Parts: sequence; structure tokens; C-alpha cells
Amino acid sequence: MAAGVAAWLPFARAAAIGWMPVANLPMPVAPAGKNKRQDEMIILNVSGRRFETWRNTLDRYPDTLLGSSEKEFFYNEETKEYFFDRDPDVFRSVLNFYRTGKLHYPRYECISSYDEELAFFGIISEIIGDCCYEEYKDRKRENAERLMDDQEDNKDAKPPNMTCRETMWRAFENPHTSTMALVFYYVTGFFIAVSVITNVVETVPCGTSPNQKEVPCGERYTVAFFCMDTACVMIFTVEYLMRLFAAPSRYRFMRSVMSIIDVVAILPYYIGLVMTDNEDVSGAFVTLRVFRVFRIFKFSRHSQGLRILGYTLKSCASELGFLLFSLTMAIIIFATVMFYAEKGSSSSKFTSIPASFWYTIVTMTTLGYGDMVPKTIAGKIFGSICSLSGVLVIALPVPVIVSNFSRIYHQNQRADKRRAQKMQKARLARIRISKQGTSNAFLHSKRNGLFSEAPEFTQLPYKMNLSEQSSTEEDQRLNKSTSLLESQHHHLLHCLEKTTNHEFVDQQYYQQSYLEAGLQNYPSRSPSLSSRDGVSGTCCTRRSKKQHAPLQNASGPAHMQPLTQVHAHPRGLQELSTIHIQPLSTSRSSLNMRVDEPASLNCQSSQITTAIISIPTPPVTTSDGDAHLRAGPAHQNVVKVSAL
Amino acid sequence: MGIQGMELFAIAVVIILFMAVLKQFGIFEPMSSFEDESSDSDLELSTVRHQPEGLDQLQLQTKFTRKELQSLYRGFKNECPSGMVDEETFKTIYSQFFPQGDATTYAHFLFNAFDMDRNGSIRFEDFVIGLSVLLRGSVTEKLNWAFNLYDINKDGYVTKEEMLAIMTSIYDMMGRYTYPCVRDEAPSEHVDKFFQKMDKNRDGVVTIEEFIETCQKDENIMNSMQLFENVI
Repeated sequence: MAAGVAAWLPFARAAAIGWMPVANLPMPVAPAGKNKRQDEMIILNVSGRRFETWRNTLDRYPDTLLGSSEKEFFYNEETKEYFFDRDPDVFRSVLNFYRTGKLHYPRYECISSYDEELAFFGIISEIIGDCCYEEYKDRKRENAERLMDDQEDNKDAKPPNMTCRETMWRAFENPHTSTMALVFYYVTGFFIAVSVITNVVETVPCGTSPNQKEVPCGERYTVAFFCMDTACVMIFTVEYLMRLFAAPSRYRFMRSVMSIIDVVAILPYYIGLVMTDNEDVSGAFVTLRVFRVFRIFKFSRHSQGLRILGYTLKSCASELGFLLFSLTMAIIIFATVMFYAEKGSSSSKFTSIPASFWYTIVTMTTLGYGDMVPKTIAGKIFGSICSLSGVLVIALPVPVIVSNFSRIYHQNQRADKRRAQKMQKARLARIRISKQGTSNAFLHSKRNGLFSEAPEFTQLPYKMNLSEQSSTEEDQRLNKSTSLLESQHHHLLHCLEKTTNHEFVDQQYYQQSYLEAGLQNYPSRSPSLSSRDGVSGTCCTRRSKKQHAPLQNASGPAHMQPLTQVHAHPRGLQELSTIHIQPLSTSRSSLNMRVDEPASLNCQSSQITTAIISIPTPPVTTSDGDAHLRAGPAHQNVVKVSAL
Repeated sequence: MGIQGMELFAIAVVIILFMAVLKQFGIFEPMSSFEDESSDSDLELSTVRHQPEGLDQLQLQTKFTRKELQSLYRGFKNECPSGMVDEETFKTIYSQFFPQGDATTYAHFLFNAFDMDRNGSIRFEDFVIGLSVLLRGSVTEKLNWAFNLYDINKDGYVTKEEMLAIMTSIYDMMGRYTYPCVRDEAPSEHVDKFFQKMDKNRDGVVTIEEFIETCQKDENIMNSMQLFENVI
């Protein structure tokens, strides 16, 4: 529950009077307010600066330092104030959090000092409000990077006992680790360059033999080029196989971009070897040679800048897409207009709209080859509009891409972005959990409330344990952990349950029990609450199948009502589903027992199971909810049925 | 050859662009005089602030002590700095107490019960007077208030439809995950039970006298009315 609306809780509770005449069941007892110190002001002295606030402002967040009794450690008896030897500037933000419910991060504050203060006062940083959260996360990320850079220098100490495979992988990824890696790095770089130059020079016309036209060098010195090509490809193949061997996850390595480039670079050669002088496919073979140029991309392993460029383009995909889309739209529009404008003129080059595309592209990118020019006045007017708008359309997304590139280049962000994604998910998950915490807190305290209101059941011969041992110390611990505010809120929800005669359960249990509802047979409803004989027979047979007795209703549908059971035994749910209900046992209400105590349950339970069933005032069909002890001793129409 | 066809169109386009550019520079303002008057009327005071009556007057009107009124006002003002709660804010605040279900319909009825002068917003006076009845009033006054809540159209009679609406809204607050599952007939069954109990002369409506009389005879209800005495 947001603490900001804590002020309205009294109002909501008062308004609950509207449910009273409608309810058929008696209401639970209200939690007693502790001694009413609510209007007391307390003074917090933080390094000399005094902050004053109401006590119940601080009580809104009982799991922080200031909201709990932990602050008593800082109480100064003589001056009657709480003294903290911390930074008063940051404390302002902390105190404002209590006042307004929102935590802000001041921009001028150092991130690590802020984090320290938050940790000291027990406030989690995930609840920083959305207005300041981006800033906070950015600063935190920068800080983490700085720390990481410092750490990386220490990382060169090689951990001992690395397998050969791991050493190789490390050498491949980071050439500075050993001289061998460095040598390998330079050698491959050299051969990539050689291969690319070879491909280029191959096509240069190389001197003329007499009475023959110029032939490219590739055809003149075929053997030499072939040997060079073979050598390069061999080196690349060996390198690829070595990387494949060393990769920690071969499957992932094979899917990575660099390995695909490697494969594409060496494949044409092998395909060329296979398909020898077959005339038909030689055309395709020539095309394949084009792919050899992809070897140049192998340089990106050697150049950080290239990698960042590639990453930038990938991350600016949306801006590039926008650019492309808007350009396409503009091209189509202007091409259409130019075509119709130039239709009238004779010998016009604008023969069709697709033919006009070329003119439009050349004009919009301000190239202006001049092979197609408009001749009519209209054409010229539209042509000039076209070139002006081209400048604008192209100029718009470019700065975005440029700034992206520079940001990424400076921050070197690739791995961090992935980490930031995980943090975002974690943060949202935490916030979602804390929101669910409200309803879960109520269900949790319902379960624990069993203890605080039913003292007589500690006398039962078997232990009724749900999640904790039922001892009095535990009771107090549980009671302390819920603040007055929470207990009042829970009381309110409890009253609502009583009014409608239904109970809150959590989602898991609901889905489980109503999925299995179809699988179980419902015995007929028997409204009578009498204890029955013959339970011992069924009880033990039930025991033989399962190890705990379900908590059943007197007259409700005969599948389980173990609200309590859900939380204590997640695996108990599994067992729930296969419990077969004997027809005789529908009227039994017995309390839950722990799954791990089958022995003590054995046939004691058949004699001792005690049921507390409350009969509501119109004793018809509404006793669904209440085999719980909560309807405890304070209410008159509680019937204690002790089973046979 | 004269100007024709596409050329005409081209020249028209040029003229329009020219006009747009001039307008941009503020040199050319066609028909601006008609537009000025309408644009000013959009400016409105967006914040309405309300100050409550004085502390002394409120003390006379309610049964709270001075300190209690002070503490109530501080909480109220913290949540609603403008001094008035409109229905949407009220629904949001009230829904926060019932995370599992949908409290907006019931909040609507509650809002109407508190907003006595039906002006669409609850001021601090309405808030505190209502609370005074609920927390410090006599049992009859509380029952009166409850009846007023149920009587949606404030005609002095609670019909089955009104009661059904209220009941449905209460059940809505429970949400989906309940045990046992809220069936669709549950509200109307509950209403039938209620009418069986309350409607003595079986005329299909419950009047205030029938209501108070029946409630005073029912011990449960009497006990639960005292439940929230110590809320403030």
C-alpha cells in the first residue's frame, strides 16, 4: 500500500460501516491501536542540521531505519533528539521520501555517496521515482564501467589450470595476452590484406601482349594468383577450425556474425575447386567470386572502430529505417509528378515512372548526373522542389546516427547495454513484487493470524504447523513484523471478506484448485455438522494414500480449502489434486497437518481432529468460508465440534 | 502555347509555398483578426483551490477535537493539495486499499454518500462531517448514513435494484481470486437475504424506519457498528 494514502486509511475503515448492515457474518476484532503517540514531532539532527517531522511520517515505511525501532540506537537522551553523523544534503532527499512517498536523485550528488546513504537508511534504490531513475541508472552505469576498466588491468594475471582449449580461446579473443596470440593476430591480419589486394589486382589490366587486347592480370598470371589464393584460404580455414575448436559454445560461435563472414569468405574457393570446367555454372561461379570481398570484413576483428560502426548501424536501425521510408515516399511522389510534368515534352527521357525514379534519387541526394533533365517549365519547378526537399529529408536522420556513433564510441557500450537490459527487467520485477506484496501480505498475515487468535489450539496433541513452529515467541515475532498500519489494513480486508462471505486467495491456489475442480467428484453437500462415525476407517485409508488431511468445509464443495496449505507447501498442491474425497468425510473439518509428519498423524487424527465451524446466523448455505479459527472465541456462534 | 495543365498546377503550388513562407515570417497574416478572439478563450484557470472553513466552525459542526481535526486536515491536504477531491482521485485512492479487486464502483457510491451537496467534489468539510458521523455519531446516525449510502437516488427508499448495484460493487472489490469462487448469482442471493431480513411489510422496498428497526434488533450489526470507534 502506498504510504501516501496511509492518511486515508482511517477514512476507508470508517467507510466500512457501510458494509455492516449487509454482512451476515460477525466482523473480526479490530487491531488495538498502540499508545497514541501519533501527533508527536521528532527531531532528527543530521550533522548539526535539525530536521523535524511527525513521528507517523516516519512510520510509513517500517522496514527502513527511520521507520523502525532501529533509530532508537541513535537517540540522544540529553538533547531528546536522534543524532545521525551523516551528510545532511543527501538526508534531505531521504526525508522527502518519507514525506511524499517518492525518492528523488539530485543530479549534483555523487552516485556512490548517494548509494551509501540509501544503504545506511535502509532504502532500496529501485524505488527512485521515474523522474530521476534514468539519470540515476546512467550515472551508476558509468561508475560501474569506470570500476571495470580499473579492474581489467588486473585481470591479465592468468588463472592457473586453464585447459588448452580455454587458453586458445582467450588468445583468440584478446591478442595481448601472450606473444603467440599477438603473432597470430598479425599474421592473420597480413594475410587478409594480401588476399584483398590479390583480389583487387587480379582485375587490373596488366600490360598488353602484342596483337591482343589487354588482359587482366588474373588471366595472365593464373598460376601465381591461384597459389596466393590457395595459401590465403588455407590460412583462413585453419584459423576458422581452430576457433571452432576453442569456442566454449560451438553452436553459438557458429551462429555469430564473424564466423558467418569467415565461412562466406572461404567457401567460394572450395566451391570453385569442386565445380571445375563446367561451362553452365561458370557464370554462377564468377558471381561467387564476388563473395571473396567479404574477407575484408574479417578486419573487424582487428579494429575496434569497425565493430563500433557496425554496432551503431544496428542500434540506429530505426532511424535508418525512417530515412529509407521517407526517402521512398518522396521518391515515388516526385517521380510521379515529374513523369506527368514531362509527359508533354518531346524526346523526353522520362519514359515511365520507374524511369523517373533514377532522376529523383539523383536529384534528392544532390548528385545531379545530368543524364536526365526536365525540359518543361513545370518539370523544372518540380525538379527544384525535389532537390530542396531531398536535402531536408536526408539531413534529418543523419545527426541522430552521428550522435549515436559518437556516444557509443566514447562509452564502448556493447556489453553494458545487455547488462542494463537485465537490470531494467530486475527493477520492474522488484516493483511488481512489491506491488503484489500488498495482497500477499494480507494472505500471509491471515495465515499467521491463526496463531494470534486461537490460543487453545496449542493444546492439541499433534502440532499444527504451517510454515513456522507455533510457539509463543514466534507469535510475537510475527506480530511485531506487521506495523499497525498494515494490521489495520488487513483488518479492513478481513471485514470485506466477512461481508461477502468469500475469502481472498492467491492466484496460484485459485488456478490450481479450480483446474482440478473438474477432476474431483463432489460428494453431495451435507449441511449438518455432526461428527460422524466411521471416519477412522476412511481417515486411515486416506492416510495411506496421502500424508495429510485436507481442511474441509462443512457444506462447501468438497475439495480442499487449505488457504493455509498453499503457502506452506508448494508441493502440497500436487498432492491436493490427487486426493480422493470419500463421501463420508465431507462433514469433517480438520486442521492441516504438516506433510512431513505422517507418523504422528496416523490414527490419532481420527480421534482428535477438532473442528471449529462457525454457523452464520441464517444457517443455510453460507458456511463456505468459515472453518477457520479466525471466527474465534470472541463470537458467539462458534461451534466447537470435536470429532469422534 | 499558353500555360496549361501541369504548368498551371505547378504555378499554383509555387504560390502556395510562397504564402506559407511569408506567413512563417509573420509578414503575411491572412484572417488573423478572426482567430485572435477564439484563442484567448482557451486560457482558463486550471487550478481551483479551496480553503476550508475555520477550525472553530468545524469544531462546532463535528464531534472531533481540535487536535483530531488538525491531524485529519494534514493528511487530507497531503493527498489533495488543492483542497478538494474529485471523483477520479477518490476512486484511485480508495482502490489502493483493495488491490485484488475493482473498487471503483463502490468508490463511486461512497463518493456520492460523502459529497452531500452533489457538486462533484469532496471538500474537507464534507470529508470531516462524514467521518464525524461514522466515528463519533450515535448508532442511529450511523445507520442513517448507511441507509443513505444504499439509497442511490436519495428518495428515501432502497429498492432491490439499488441494493443489487451496491452488492455487486462490494463483490467486485473481492476480485477474481477468492475462495469459494464468486458466482454470478452471489450478489443477488445476498440481496434477497437482505430484503428478507429487512423488508418487513414485503412491499419490495426498504424504508429508513424498517432498516433502523431491523438493525437495532440484530446483535451482530449492533456490535459491528461499534467496531471502528478508535480509528482516529
